[in-house]
Amino acid sequence: MKPERTPGRYIREEDLRRLPGVIEYKPVARYSYSAGQALSEFLRGLKEGRILGKLCPSCRRVLVPPRVYCEFCFIHTTEWVEVPGTGVVETAVVSYIGTARERLEKPEIIGVIRLDAPGYREGSFDFAGLFHRLCGVTEDDVKSGRVIGMRVRPRWRPPEERRGSMLDIECFEPVQP
Amino acid sequence: MRVAVVGVGWYGFKPVVPELSFREMMFEAAVRAYEDAGVDPRRDVDAFISCQEDFWEGVAISNEFAPEPIGGALRPTITITGDGLQCVGQAYMMVRSGAFKVVVVEAHAKPSSIVTLQEVYELSLDPFIRTLKIPNPLFQAGLDAVAYMRRSGASREHLAMVAVKNKTRGLLNPRASYSAKVTLDEVLNSKPVVYPLTRYEIAGFTDVAINVVLASEDVARRFGDKHVWIDGVWWATEVGTGVIEWHEWGRMPSMKTAALGAYKLAGIEDPLRQTDFAEVEDRFSYMELLALEELGLGGDGVHRLLEQGYYNPGGGYPVNPSGGSLSIGVTLEATGLSRLLEAILQLRGEAGGVQLKDVRRAIVASWRGPPTYTSAVAVVSKD
Repeated sequence: MKPERTPGRYIREEDLRRLPGVIEYKPVARYSYSAGQALSEFLRGLKEGRILGKLCPSCRRVLVPPRVYCEFCFIHTTEWVEVPGTGVVETAVVSYIGTARERLEKPEIIGVIRLDAPGYREGSFDFAGLFHRLCGVTEDDVKSGRVIGMRVRPRWRPPEERRGSMLDIECFEPVQP
Repeated sequence: MRVAVVGVGWYGFKPVVPELSFREMMFEAAVRAYEDAGVDPRRDVDAFISCQEDFWEGVAISNEFAPEPIGGALRPTITITGDGLQCVGQAYMMVRSGAFKVVVVEAHAKPSSIVTLQEVYELSLDPFIRTLKIPNPLFQAGLDAVAYMRRSGASREHLAMVAVKNKTRGLLNPRASYSAKVTLDEVLNSKPVVYPLTRYEIAGFTDVAINVVLASEDVARRFGDKHVWIDGVWWATEVGTGVIEWHEWGRMPSMKTAALGAYKLAGIEDPLRQTDFAEVEDRFSYMELLALEELGLGGDGVHRLLEQGYYNPGGGYPVNPSGGSLSIGVTLEATGLSRLLEAILQLRGEAGGVQLKDVRRAIVASWRGPPTYTSAVAVVSKD
């Protein structure tokens, strides 16, 4: 529904910007982050179609995304453990707007996946997880709450398109029974 | 109730630490400091403080990243946008309040990951000044250096002498990646970057994470026996970056104020007599001389004392025996902690090749660097 044009003098954006008192400045802040020991290996794993976690030798949790340390036991994590890509949806959301608050043509469904990784107590708040897009899930699945607990698995991009990035997984999709 | 430094740890001190993420660097420094102190961060530490700034991190709201790598998950953790020595000031207050017995201070820097460092510097200026498009934000250092030389009578040779002293000294310090065998002629004959400063007189940038564990006197004995006491710490900001025109050019009133505050807490009236050496700000050569003057470590004739070798490692009052920032490099908000670390290692007798003899008390002074007018000063001692 578009608002009706109301009477008065309309100011164009460029006129507004020409008013004294407005200083325009576009920051040039570019970075080149080191992913580090843990995430570099994790990203290499994604390229090979594998999800890798790191084991805490004390609490036996397998951390995904991996860390070189366990934040609770505060010791170095040790072995790499491949975890199955399968898991359940912990929570999900439908977004109707993009990052610049523009209305999306097709709403985006995003979720947090609780992966089937060992070392976590049943029902514990912490888990090995990934934040990603959900596909094959409807808006109604999310709004009704049906999506929560849904079993999902990664939909991988073809090997030749993988770059060692989170985008090597296209999305998580429901596991067909 | 006195406040002790019971442990220190660091990782990096290299122009680039490509092998670790900033979080992994924070963890490696923390593990080392906690081992040094004999503390279990998950049990013994009451609070954690991190000094950082979002644009250096390249992460907005970066304070949320602070707890996890230093043992602070689900524990009281705060972040201060400022130099690491300002965090030490905060920790000092928390311990002296009696509400916290053990407080951890951490600061880290990964300037190697900032692709547009100069532009980030420009972004820190008042937007109204930025429209001038002054090409190099280091211009502020030049403005202060020229004004300082004019007022004090120090010459370009004096500034170059600081570079020679600190760069050469750093050759004995494994943390000093930018140290070099350099002569006065080489410095003076090199082209200025920002007049009167040559590339030898402007510190490079260094990646590091540093972690310091503080404890109140009554519990400190539980944590090792290598205690260094924080006798006083204070900090101040002049008018600030927002009004560059109002800075007192050729002076650093924030450092003087910080020094007087720290000296008052430490009971110091004559710093040259009551302390044995100093680690002071020297990211630009002139700053060492200006800092010494503002700290009351030589009156207004510091450049004359420099000439006589008074501030050399074997002189009457050694200044920057570590090689200073000119040798170690600037570690963004970890710069103050980097210099505190050097002073602590000296007092513990663990400074290796740069170890001074018979030192008991030191002054540590840091400036947050351009374009800030914020300084922090600490007085540290051993029993």
